Amino acid sequence: MIAFIIRRLLQSILVMLTVALVAFALFRFVGDPIASMVGQETTLAERAELRDALGLNDPFVVQFFTFVSRALVGDFGISYRLQQPVMELILSRLPATLELALVSGILAFVLGVGFGVYTALRRGGWLSSSIMTVSLIGVSLPTFLIGVLLIWVFAVELQWLPSFGRGDVVDLGGWWRTGLLTESGRASLVLPAITLGLYQMTLIMRLVRAEMLEVLRTDYIKFARARGLTNRAVNFGHALKNTLVPVITITGLQLGSIIAFAIITETVFQWPGVGALFINSVRFVDVPVMAAYLMLIALVFVVINLIVDLLYYVVDPRLRMDRTTAGH
Amino acid sequence: MTTPPLLSVRDLVVEFPTRRGTLRAIDKVSFDIAEGEVLGMVGESGAGKSLIGAAIIGLLEPPGRIAGGEILLRGERIDSLAAEPMRRIRGKRIGMVFQDPLTSLNPLYTVAEQLIETIRTHIDCNDREARERAVALLDRVGIPAAARRINDYPHHFSGGMRQRVVIALALAAEPELVIADEPTTALDVSVQAQIIDVLKEICAERGASVMLITHDMGVIAETADRVAVLYAGRLAEIGPVRDVIQHAEHPYTQGLMGSIPTLTQTSSRLVQIPGSMPRLDAIPQGCAFNPRCPHAMERCRRDRPGLLPRGADREVACWLYEAAEEEVRHG
Repeated sequence: MIAFIIRRLLQSILVMLTVALVAFALFRFVGDPIASMVGQETTLAERAELRDALGLNDPFVVQFFTFVSRALVGDFGISYRLQQPVMELILSRLPATLELALVSGILAFVLGVGFGVYTALRRGGWLSSSIMTVSLIGVSLPTFLIGVLLIWVFAVELQWLPSFGRGDVVDLGGWWRTGLLTESGRASLVLPAITLGLYQMTLIMRLVRAEMLEVLRTDYIKFARARGLTNRAVNFGHALKNTLVPVITITGLQLGSIIAFAIITETVFQWPGVGALFINSVRFVDVPVMAAYLMLIALVFVVINLIVDLLYYVVDPRLRMDRTTAGH
Repeated sequence: MTTPPLLSVRDLVVEFPTRRGTLRAIDKVSFDIAEGEVLGMVGESGAGKSLIGAAIIGLLEPPGRIAGGEILLRGERIDSLAAEPMRRIRGKRIGMVFQDPLTSLNPLYTVAEQLIETIRTHIDCNDREARERAVALLDRVGIPAAARRINDYPHHFSGGMRQRVVIALALAAEPELVIADEPTTALDVSVQAQIIDVLKEICAERGASVMLITHDMGVIAETADRVAVLYAGRLAEIGPVRDVIQHAEHPYTQGLMGSIPTLTQTSSRLVQIPGSMPRLDAIPQGCAFNPRCPHAMERCRRDRPGLLPRGADREVACWLYEAAEEEVRHG
């Protein structure tokens, strides 16, 4: 178990280094940051000076090494655009994104598993068929379109919910500003959370349904029925647990992509999170912010993957190698 | 009035509605299983052996359904029961052992959890009592160090050991009838005999009857009291094992027996029945076996033979023997 965690940690470090390299190399070629930092009347000499001051003339390897060693202590430099430490910028925006991602993640998982199980058990029923049909919309409509449609219906026509922003926020401990504690904050969260979670929900639902139908056909489910176990015990005790093993992986990875793809939703709803920060940074070739964002997303994926692997261990006894009482 | 047999299947018909018409997978099959008896059910793959088992325990997979006949457990109809009362019968009165022990156990639960859950579903007891029963059961089916091994997961056991666990699970609530659907087919030859012995002994001990579904005549010969031969969803012959094996009457059974290699005979080639079993959508008119039968007569192609009694405890579905019967009657 310990060996497994250490092995996975080493792999994670390798992944992070690779991402750092890609991020670093990629952003070196997206454009000249100097051009967007300075005005038109800046002389070539001044530009060269600035280039030198930012370390942009150092050899590639040196620049990369500096980048990584600073990143390790959370220093991603100063934003070219906002002239603030990147880490500070990201940390101040992160709570908004995490709250949004977490709420839509929970929404997607709970509803996805619920609908998935229902449609698998009531296969062929009219309600199941309707859910399946509607879910096609969730899978096929692009996120921004769903967001715009929701705004049109609930914010413009019905005027039930706000169409942009985060509402009032409450400061928790000076470093986390939450919108969950105010009414306007919660109201503001509804539409973005649905927009961001809908695709994931339909995905999880279809996955759970397919997986559950598969599990319901297995011999151990037939045997469980043949032993006279109640439907409840068979469907939820035996079938659902086996269904969730592969679903956990996908859901974990989906949480990563929820955070990553919050960019679009945040843009549509003017949500003050890291995604919106990233989009603005791209426009201004704010390399430090973009690099830090990419690293952050990679870190989120790596951490989630690690947690998913550990969860696997908890759920599936076949993976626990610490027992040596193998059959004879 | 005599007491009804433990299980009585009367004119059972199982059908599968398909887009191109209804397929009749089991066609008017009738047989009884007496108290404490072991009935072997043999036939080729696709003859419908397992379907009969599934129909009895009420677990036919849709769209398959019982389209006719009745199934009686101690004289009470169970084929028309609602879902809930039928569930109570499963496990409690009719147990079932499946073919593949590697896939019959839920990999995510320990043996203890699965046994205790099953016991507590049918028997009113607390967790500790259920565990004691479970350990005793495992011990009885021959799991060494049962008290310790019970906390292991299925993947900690070998195939033979898992099938013992499966038998323990099937017998957990002491059913009166155990349907064993090819219980040894997936196992190594070396452990097949052990598993059959365990199953036979433990059922004999508890007075449980067994319906042993298999295509292995050797297993039937050693284990069963009576044997039923199934062909294309119809019963060809049924009778005491010794009689059927030594003096097979139905031409299909004769072919089946002739195709089994023996140690004493040293013929160069085994007998082979020409052709193959018909598909369900192309069962010939009359006797299902007539195109392959060496004794086929005009009548065999026209009318389907019913089960004709042959002696005290034997029945054969073949026109050959009606002629003989008539001769006896007229003579």
